[in-house]
Amino acid sequence: MIEIRWHGRGGQGAKTASLLLADVAFNTGKFIQGFPEYGPERMGAPITAYNRISDTPIRIHSNIYEPDYVVVVDDTLISAIDVTKGLKNDGALLINTSLNLEEIKKFFPNYFGKIYTIDASKISTECLGANFPNTALLSAVIKITNIMNKEQLEKNMLNSFKHKFAKKPDVIEPNMEAVRRAWEEVKGGN
Amino acid sequence: MIRERLSGNEAVAVAMRQINPDVVPAYPITPSTEVPQYFSSFMANGSVDTEFIPVESEHSAMSACIGASAAGARVMSATSSQGLSLMYEMLYIASGMRLPIVLTCVNRAVSAPINIHNDHSDSMGVRDCGFIQLYCESNQEAYDNLIMAVKIAEKAMLPVMVCFDGFITSHSVENIELLEDDIVKQFVGKYEPEHYLLNPNEFISMGPLDLQNYFFEHRKQLADAMKDSKRIIEEVSEEYAKISKRKYNLIENYRMDDSKIAMVVLNSTAGTAKEVVDKLRDEGIKVGLVKPRTFRPVPVKELVESLKDMKAIAIMDKADSINGFCGPLYSEITSALYSEGLNIPTVNYIYGLGGRDVKTSDIEDVFRSLLKIAKDGKKSQTTYYLGVRE
Repeated sequence: MIEIRWHGRGGQGAKTASLLLADVAFNTGKFIQGFPEYGPERMGAPITAYNRISDTPIRIHSNIYEPDYVVVVDDTLISAIDVTKGLKNDGALLINTSLNLEEIKKFFPNYFGKIYTIDASKISTECLGANFPNTALLSAVIKITNIMNKEQLEKNMLNSFKHKFAKKPDVIEPNMEAVRRAWEEVKGGN
Repeated sequence: MIRERLSGNEAVAVAMRQINPDVVPAYPITPSTEVPQYFSSFMANGSVDTEFIPVESEHSAMSACIGASAAGARVMSATSSQGLSLMYEMLYIASGMRLPIVLTCVNRAVSAPINIHNDHSDSMGVRDCGFIQLYCESNQEAYDNLIMAVKIAEKAMLPVMVCFDGFITSHSVENIELLEDDIVKQFVGKYEPEHYLLNPNEFISMGPLDLQNYFFEHRKQLADAMKDSKRIIEEVSEEYAKISKRKYNLIENYRMDDSKIAMVVLNSTAGTAKEVVDKLRDEGIKVGLVKPRTFRPVPVKELVESLKDMKAIAIMDKADSINGFCGPLYSEITSALYSEGLNIPTVNYIYGLGGRDVKTSDIEDVFRSLLKIAKDGKKSQTTYYLGVRE
């Protein structure tokens, strides 16, 4: 079983991203859980969401305290809360940031696992003309967690976008471009 | 069988779409709001022909359920917490009039202080109102129990409350296996009440004044109906197993066969506790779990049968009776054991109030303390508040 914890700020779509990831994993035949930790739900306040992905039925219904992966949607959170709390050293941390890998690593002197960065906001702005980092971030998460390969992801996302954007077909290709770019542009892991 | 991924609320709304009840009166309250919300989208797109009544309060929601059900309609609603509290007066009327209303209760704490998260204070607070109560571990169980509830209610002539955990089950997306629409429709069939107000061939009164002469007998009939509902629940569950391949009993025994130590726990925490049972068994420690599916009626015989050879038992209550002693599940289950002449060291844990997360380590602590009680043959205290800060 893979356990993933998401950190974002209210309104940025961390919950949606966790549900999208659950969807994608479900489509590959896995058992999934996707759930947010509901708090006061203020715009901008730190929020947490979770995923479990497994080959067998999932029975556990607690929050995740020792995740395999942590995804940070907003890099201003890394100095506000301890995003690596409980994160396994053989797991990985993925951060949406415009900072480079060396700069990011300085924030985590006590975390010895892998660290990845992706500038999902930049990819989103360039591909979609607006800051909706979820699609790019999702692509990066799937790459580092090995939930599926690039071809499977593209096929899966294309189907999902065709459904989601049935009335706006011209945004499908820009979203696919964000998926492909994020797959290539995720950095780190050494 | 349809492989899907849905939240608990979505699963229940889908079951309601498949059932296509005649009338759904509802008033929104977190975390059950999504149930009528999703259901009203099914109405808007024409996949059900239900009469939806957006009422002005939960008291009115249950009142409208009662009116419609008495008229002869198949009726469903959903609520949580304060909403259920506001229905309180009408719940007794629904059962006293023997109306087969199906109510989804998405379990949430009851104020004060204000808290929107899960515990079982709401449904436990109305445990004596005459509703059958079915408790669900997962979205799958919520879906299955809701479909069965329709048939149970109509056969028992009792209202049924289907209870599952707010947010933990209601808002978490998980895998689920759905039945085909026509299979569900065929299973629940057409509702044909024996007596109803809109029957032009029979003029009756329902719920009139009933004083010293007959009231007592009518209450005894209600008590008998609840007692007899055990058999009906078992029959309906048997029938449901044929179409779903999922068999539900009044209680679920998990790895109890050679166990001397047991935990009794409702709803989603049972899933978390099963993980712990497996972990301890891997270490060679023989523990087991009992999950009541019904709390009304109390499955006395089944509980006694499962627990009679235990050396130590922990009964978990996600609600407190504030009685200076113990929680509701503890009080009734130990009473069942005592009535059968059993005196087993049994402890009570009040846990997870207001959505306090229940970790596997919390459950493991409970099992480890039971090991000590089983070894010593005695306990030092009856009621604990699991993980609370003093």
